Amino acid sequence: MKPMRKTLVVGAALACAALVAAGALYLLRPGMLPHQSAVAAVNPSTQTINRGEYLARAGDCVACHTVPNGPMFAGGRAMATPFGNLYVPNITPDDDTGIGQWNADEFYRMMHTGVSRDGKLLYPAMPFASYTQVTREDSDAIFAYLMSNAPVRQKNREHELRFPFNNRDLLIGWRSLYFKEGEFKPVAGQSVEWNRGAYLVKGLGHCAMCHTAVNALGGSSESKAFEGGMIPNQNWYAPSLTSNHEAGLGDWAIKDISDLLQVGVSHRGTVYGPMAEVVYNSLQYLSDADSAAMAVYLKALPQKDSEAAPTAQARLVRPEVMETGRKVYVAQCAVCHGVEGKGQTPSYPPLAGNRSITMATPVNPIRMVLNGGYPPGTAKNPRPHGMPPFSHILNDEEVAATVTYIRVAWGNNGAPVAAKQVNDLRTLLPE
Amino acid sequence: MSSHLPLIRQALSRLLPLLFIACLSAPVFAAQQQSAAPADATPAFKKLDSIEARVQGCVTCHGQNGQGTTNGYFPRIAGKPAGYLYNQLSAFRDGTRSYPPMNYLVAYLPDPYLKEIAAHFAAQRPPYMQREAVSASAEAMQRGQMLATAGDKGKGIPACVACHGARLSGMEPGIPGLAGLRPAYIAGQLTRWRVGERHAADPDCMQRIARRLSDTDVAAVSAWLSQQAPPVDAAPEASNLVRMPFACGSQK
Repeated sequence: MKPMRKTLVVGAALACAALVAAGALYLLRPGMLPHQSAVAAVNPSTQTINRGEYLARAGDCVACHTVPNGPMFAGGRAMATPFGNLYVPNITPDDDTGIGQWNADEFYRMMHTGVSRDGKLLYPAMPFASYTQVTREDSDAIFAYLMSNAPVRQKNREHELRFPFNNRDLLIGWRSLYFKEGEFKPVAGQSVEWNRGAYLVKGLGHCAMCHTAVNALGGSSESKAFEGGMIPNQNWYAPSLTSNHEAGLGDWAIKDISDLLQVGVSHRGTVYGPMAEVVYNSLQYLSDADSAAMAVYLKALPQKDSEAAPTAQARLVRPEVMETGRKVYVAQCAVCHGVEGKGQTPSYPPLAGNRSITMATPVNPIRMVLNGGYPPGTAKNPRPHGMPPFSHILNDEEVAATVTYIRVAWGNNGAPVAAKQVNDLRTLLPE
Repeated sequence: MSSHLPLIRQALSRLLPLLFIACLSAPVFAAQQQSAAPADATPAFKKLDSIEARVQGCVTCHGQNGQGTTNGYFPRIAGKPAGYLYNQLSAFRDGTRSYPPMNYLVAYLPDPYLKEIAAHFAAQRPPYMQREAVSASAEAMQRGQMLATAGDKGKGIPACVACHGARLSGMEPGIPGLAGLRPAYIAGQLTRWRVGERHAADPDCMQRIARRLSDTDVAAVSAWLSQQAPPVDAAPEASNLVRMPFACGSQK
């Protein structure tokens, strides 16, 4: 019995000790971390940096200042211009090769006046003629964001511009002709939304860089604002945003304009070519409110038709051309765009009543038929429907007939295109 | 007889312009025939909200089911490993593989979508297109067969089948099947690799091999490969069942 009792006592003692130990451990366990709210606390500087990131998206800095697949904002990307190649600089905060030693005043002066930290005049490939409208507060936010990125050590590459364009002093002349300095001032009498849209379109969005024609001096005139033009070196035509014959948006619903900008597709049309890049890199990140504001402003642009619609005479098409075009259309195009050209929106755009098909310059519809295209994959349309290339299937006459057909069928008021126009583009474009 | 001569001459003089026109229009005719696209490379789909509808951008070159087309340069993509197809799509998008029409098409498509497109074509098993006749000499075909099935130890060239599968159907996840490819495409790719225009993930095993090949080797192995009967079930081999002769970044 004695040994047994002893065992019991020891056992009880051990049990007690285990209990006490467990209790002690329980009491001594590390306290719960303070309850975290779903959104991390944001201090003013984080807020500014986040805002700056959003604004840098709106300004599409990344598109030019990053080599595809390269380190973000480290520059080095070649920008082909009619005057030679420009190499976009490093805007990471690296002290030696980037903008690490800049301060917010210098950054604002660059954005606002196109003068670099070292006093050099910037080439207008940097859209300072638009960015001059950006407020000091927004410029500071963008600067704070850029400084918050990881510095990348990558030396800037010298531009390769032809004489005389390699002489920056000549920019004084360009600036006196085409550059007007000044922050955006809200227009009294217009809505807050209109003013926000105007600020984004004219400022950070730098839409005028493509949608206002560029002349032989690389300048664009304010009186022709948003009237459209060929994009130098890209062989795409940026339609007029003010002409009812082109992409004038006067009769579009705000939702469709906003979708086109932010989603990349809409019930009225789809973005492609250089605009697909803009949506992919920039506009898809805009808030619904901001893209709607841009839509409100764009829709309200005064509609002015600088050129008359083609005359009935100019629209005459030889019957056999029309028949070739119709045959190709029915065989290749109708499955997506419909026999009546109504499309299957927003997946496949309508061609009937689509002004990017009928506008005077047929470059874009010819390119689409030759090269096809996918709209950008965006947050709201991550799996876009695409169009195949037909350059290897259709010869110049067939492409011309097909583009002619869609430009005049279903009440479309475009003019026929010639096989020569197709051939010119074919030799210029990737095949 | 002699009285008939002027008649014949007259007939000839009428016929000649016709003949001339016929000769002139023959190439146009051929071009038009060529331009009639085959049905399985013409846009078509049943349901708008489907992957079939979404990949219509691919079909005029690669065919409705990725089987390829009569054009010798556009490759069959059906049944190639999804990992390989995704690597190519993302390389075209990012510019690390250069073919301007492809670079343009996929420039703004996000990763998950490219993966979905890759998986779609990887799962297709359409019949193979007819083999394209080659005019290689018997000697060249023999050299091609040796390179493909045994390699060339003297030049340090491993056999194609060591990685691309005993049946040339490829290997998961990153090595493409070679069966059913046209000679122009195979030779084009080998040459691009050799001159450094095409790359794969590091270590780039294919570049090491291509650099060991001579011009005649490229022609020989392309010709021989293009004549091989594709397997009935063309599924790629499972991943890394065999030890590969060179380390390949795309098999990681």
